[in-house]
Parts: sequence; C-alpha cells; structure tokens
Amino acid sequence: MKEPSAERGWHERAWQTASKPDTIRRAIYIIGALPAAWVFYRGFTDQLGADPIRTLEKTLGIWALRFLVVGLTITPLKRLGGPNWVRYRRAIGLLAFFYAALHLYAYLWFDQNLDFAAIWKDILKRPYVTIGFAAFVILVPLAITSNNSMIRKLGGPNWNRLHKGVYAACALAAIHFIMLRKAWPPEPLIYAGLITILLAFRLYVYLQKRTQRARRAA
Amino acid sequence: MLIGKKPNILPSEITPRDIYLGRREVLAGIGAAGIGTIMSRPAAAAKLTSVKSPLSTTETATPLKDVSTYNNYYEFGTDKSDPAQAAGNFKPTPWSVEIGGMVAKPGTLTLEDIMKPVTLEERIYRMRCVEGWSMVIPWNGFALAELLKRVEPLGSAKFVAFETVVRPAEMPGQRGSFQPLPWPYREGLRLDEAMHPLTILATGLYGETLPNQNGAPLRLVVPWKYGFKGIKSIVRITLVDKMPETSWQLQNKNEYGFYSNVNPDVDHPRWSQATERRIGEGGLLAKRRPTLKFNGYADQVASLYAGMDLKASY
Repeated sequence: MKEPSAERGWHERAWQTASKPDTIRRAIYIIGALPAAWVFYRGFTDQLGADPIRTLEKTLGIWALRFLVVGLTITPLKRLGGPNWVRYRRAIGLLAFFYAALHLYAYLWFDQNLDFAAIWKDILKRPYVTIGFAAFVILVPLAITSNNSMIRKLGGPNWNRLHKGVYAACALAAIHFIMLRKAWPPEPLIYAGLITILLAFRLYVYLQKRTQRARRAA
Repeated sequence: MLIGKKPNILPSEITPRDIYLGRREVLAGIGAAGIGTIMSRPAAAAKLTSVKSPLSTTETATPLKDVSTYNNYYEFGTDKSDPAQAAGNFKPTPWSVEIGGMVAKPGTLTLEDIMKPVTLEERIYRMRCVEGWSMVIPWNGFALAELLKRVEPLGSAKFVAFETVVRPAEMPGQRGSFQPLPWPYREGLRLDEAMHPLTILATGLYGETLPNQNGAPLRLVVPWKYGFKGIKSIVRITLVDKMPETSWQLQNKNEYGFYSNVNPDVDHPRWSQATERRIGEGGLLAKRRPTLKFNGYADQVASLYAGMDLKASY
C-alpha cells in the first residue's frame, strides 16, 4: 500500500494498514460473504421453505441491515471507551452494500422476473419500494468512494461529508422494513429501534459540539 | 348438561383407532426414521371421509408440506414459519361454537353437533393471500349455509360476524408485550356471501383433520376473498344487522376493507395486487402469474356485487 504523500489527518487511521489488521479485514470479507453463499446454496437446493424467493429477498435484506447497524456502532463504541474498530469499518460498509445489491438483484430478477414495466411502477407507486430503492441509490456513491484513492481525491472532509449519507440510508432501510410488513411485528421494530438509538447518538454528539462551540464563541 | 346426569364422553375426546395406531407407528419411527418424522406429523390428524365436489379446481394442489408450514396465524406468531412451530400446545378438542344474534335457534353447538348432519366435501380451492402469494388447497368441509340454515336466520339479519378463540396459554402470539392485532380475531361476511355455496367451513385439508396452524378444528374458507377473511379456530358466529368490524380494518382502516375481494385492479396501498406467486411452484426461478378478479371465481360470485363500485368497496 502506498504511503500518503500529503494530507495526513484524522482519516489516516482508516486506511493505514499493518499486516494483522489486513488479515482480519480479509477474514471479515470472507466470513461476511458466507451468509450470501449459504442462502443461495439453500435456494438452489430447494431448502428455503414454501416461498424461497421471499426468504432469499428477506435474508439478503436483513444481512444488509445488520451490516449497516454494525457499521453505525463503530464510532459510538470507540467514543464510549470501547475498542477502536474504525479500520474495519470499510469492510463492514462494503459488505452492507454487497448485501443491499444482492437484495435488489433478488427483487429485480427472482421476484419481479425482470419485468421492468412492473418494477418501474413499483418504484414510483409503492412507497416501501421507493424508499428501499432510495436507500440503495444513496449507498452507491459511498461504495464507489470506499477506497484509498477516492479518499485522497476527495479529501478527508469532503469524503467524510459524503459518507454521512449512510445515516439517511439506514433510516430509510429501517422504514422500508417496517412498511413491507403487515401490522407491527417485532423484528422490523427492533432494527428501527437500534438504528434510532445509533442515529440519536450522532445527533447528541453534534448538538453537544455546537453548544460547546457557541459557548466558546460567547 | 343436566344435573345428576353422568357426563358423557364426547366423541371428540376419544382417540380414533387410526390415531392410536398412528402413535405406535410414531413410536416405531423413533428408532427407524428419527425425530424429523414425528415433528412433521400433526399431533392429532385423523383421516376424514369426504365426497368430491364439482366446485373444485383441477389445478395442481400445493404440497401439504407448504400448506402446513407457511401460515399467517398471528395468534401463533407473526412470521409465516411461527404457527407450525408454536401451535403444538393448542387443543382443538373438545370444541364448541356459540351461534347467536339474529337467529331463531341460538345455542352452543359442539363440533360433533355441527358435523352430525353434514356430508364432508373435498373442495380444492385457490387461496390468494393479500401479501401477493397463492396456494391451491384441498379442503375438507361443508357449506356454511348448511349450518346457518339450521339456526334459522331472522329477516333482520344482514351480516355474519365470526370470532377466533382467545387462549393466551396455548397461543403464544396472544401473550407478551408485542401484540400485533387486537384479540379476538374478528371477521365478517354479508349474509348472502355467507350463504353462497362456495363459502365453506373447513374441518380438514388433504383428507385429514386440520393441522392446528391451519385453523383447527373449524375455519372459514371464502375462496374469492383474500386469505385473511378465512378466520380460523372459530368459537363464535353471530348474525347481525350492521356491518361487523373486522380485525384488519381495526388495525388499519385505510388498507383493509370489509369486502376484501381478490381484485388485481385494486392495489393494496403499499403493494400491487396485479400478480401473485404460486407457492411450491418452480423454486427460486418461479414466475409470477397474473391475479384473477375474484380469484378466478367471478362467474360464480360477481353477481353478488352487481352495481357496486368495487374500487370504493374494496
């Protein structure tokens, strides 16, 4: 990996590597991809129950949500005195995107049989599809810029600002999950609750900083 | 029951011969095939004799494995795999149904009373869930009209209201802090819908008594309406003059109407109803099929709604 020539800063940690984190990172990618391999294997060997397409979609979607939640916990964990796993966050984020993309792919191909007229109507008319699709669209530029050269190109602050988009994507994903179920089953509410807490943490930190700044200015 | 008279043992409490023989099979199976065989065998399934019906579809029936493991029965949990796993402690026998309201002969009938005069029929019906999937299920049952005629509805009766049993001790979905619906589960039909020959009370499927997760021991089947109208484990039937409240309407008035006829032209506010996926057909590569108006029963039932705006009365 190339050493940064300039602009050493806060974001350096995120991509400065040593051999041990490299191994752990690789392990995260491999282990993180296993649920996808497993669900597709079970799907094609008829082990996904009565409605395999729905199970495939749901499993992939839930794994995307899980990785999003894990990604959101890394900063609070560090701030609250826990371990610093920032160096693994890119792997977690890219896995979240990987599952979101597979989830979308399962919807487009297996569920809707690539009937793009019906899909387009769904995206325009069904709020839960619109919202889920919007969450995915937000994640695309984040995934594209999740590499060292893009960080360098954008510069830390810009990159940081762009990647705050993940907050919106998480909120939309949680709403998407709630909306596609009838009534109020617990599972979507649990994810929504976790995401609310994790986003509230950001808001709290932001408000605190602003108050401090205001106090200093006064 | 009269005071002083010895309590009768209900036929429903006596284990039928093929069941206790079945138990021996199960015991033998422990050695041979292992736990899986026992788990998949419904605890109290008894063979039913029924006659074929011209009202049955000739479409391929959905495998029993899917019909009995993919259920919406929120009393046993909100996931579709929950009911098959959580309904084991439910006791469908003995059973009785309270029939009242605007009828000349109200009363509480045991399941045996209800079954005595009827001839069970096999009715192979399409079942379309509001969630966009469908099955073909060989029910065993009889026309609801037969039961209603016995209690003699009064002229003032315009609707029929149904209620599911409430037994938190046996139904895990009815206890705890997450209660997705108000209990008891409630459904209703207009009297002419209830009297329609397609409308049945089912006591079995695939020639055996209903598995608990499918609504044992007695459930409603209205094949031209979305599946949730088919109320399960019925304990109360009341004839009334006003349109009764239904559980899904109480839960979300904007999304669920009283009629809930299968209609590809009226979308659920959150998803399209134009197509459906037939369960047990084609695995991961299954193709969606177009949903039919009145679930393909338009010829028989469309006249019930003549002159009605089905987009407004959904």
